[in-house]
Amino acid sequence: MIELYILLIISIGAGIVAVEIKDLLASAISLGIVGFSVAIMFILTQAPDLAIVQIVVEVLTVVIFVGVILKTTHIDTTLEDKLNVRDYLTKGIFALFGIFFLLFSILALKELPQFGMPIMKIASHYLVKGFEEIRAANQVAAVILDFRGYDTLGEATVLFTSVIGVLTILRKIGKIK
Amino acid sequence: MLPYLGCIILFLIGIYAILTKRNLIKIAIGFCLLEYSVNLFFAFIGYKKDALAPIYANLSQARNFVDPIPQALVLTAIVIGLGTTALLLSVALRIYEKYKTFDIKEIKRLKE
Repeated sequence: MIELYILLIISIGAGIVAVEIKDLLASAISLGIVGFSVAIMFILTQAPDLAIVQIVVEVLTVVIFVGVILKTTHIDTTLEDKLNVRDYLTKGIFALFGIFFLLFSILALKELPQFGMPIMKIASHYLVKGFEEIRAANQVAAVILDFRGYDTLGEATVLFTSVIGVLTILRKIGKIK
Repeated sequence: MLPYLGCIILFLIGIYAILTKRNLIKIAIGFCLLEYSVNLFFAFIGYKKDALAPIYANLSQARNFVDPIPQALVLTAIVIGLGTTALLLSVALRIYEKYKTFDIKEIKRLKE
């Protein structure tokens, strides 16, 4: 599992670069690095369906980011002016929050089952019934399209709503006065 | 526990971008990072050591599979994340067209 740790370190480093770099195009490309390392980590954790979807979504995300940045500006001007009291205050509040979040998450992660040993109480039922009742070779497809079909219907609704939202915000013709 | 901690750190980077950055594109990037870290966390929770992807290659195969439920939930969440990012960036584009800046401080000042 050494590859997993290397990819996690790469994605954390690329995440920090994406947040801190001055050029927004470089920032979008660093976000792409994070997304594709996440896709490779999905393959390493035996989730090929997720890896396929993640690659498609990541390509679209980077294309949308680059499109918006090319239409506007690619320099982050907010990093040029000097830090004032308010910036230090927000950074300090974030540092406090981050320390507490990390401590509580370490406490909470101790209660989770060990990495590589899931409980799989419901999943064992799905894996037994999945093939006999649904006749699907891919168990993930059986879960999203049959056992939890309403969940996928909700997903389609959210996607449709977001497409309507984007089209409404970006339309050229406004209301005629 | 170490892979889980990596996800938590990625999550904190995303929250840092949302809370302290003043550029709208950086805030959208923070949202993307949050989304990736949560998806990755779910994939890690379902991972089983020395198990196969939950796809039957032949019928007589032993059922030594990773957990399919977190994968199904994440599959939904990834696609919804794309919708959220597109909506955020279209709002950012409109704000830039009106105020000619991505700085949220300037946007606040220019309001009549």
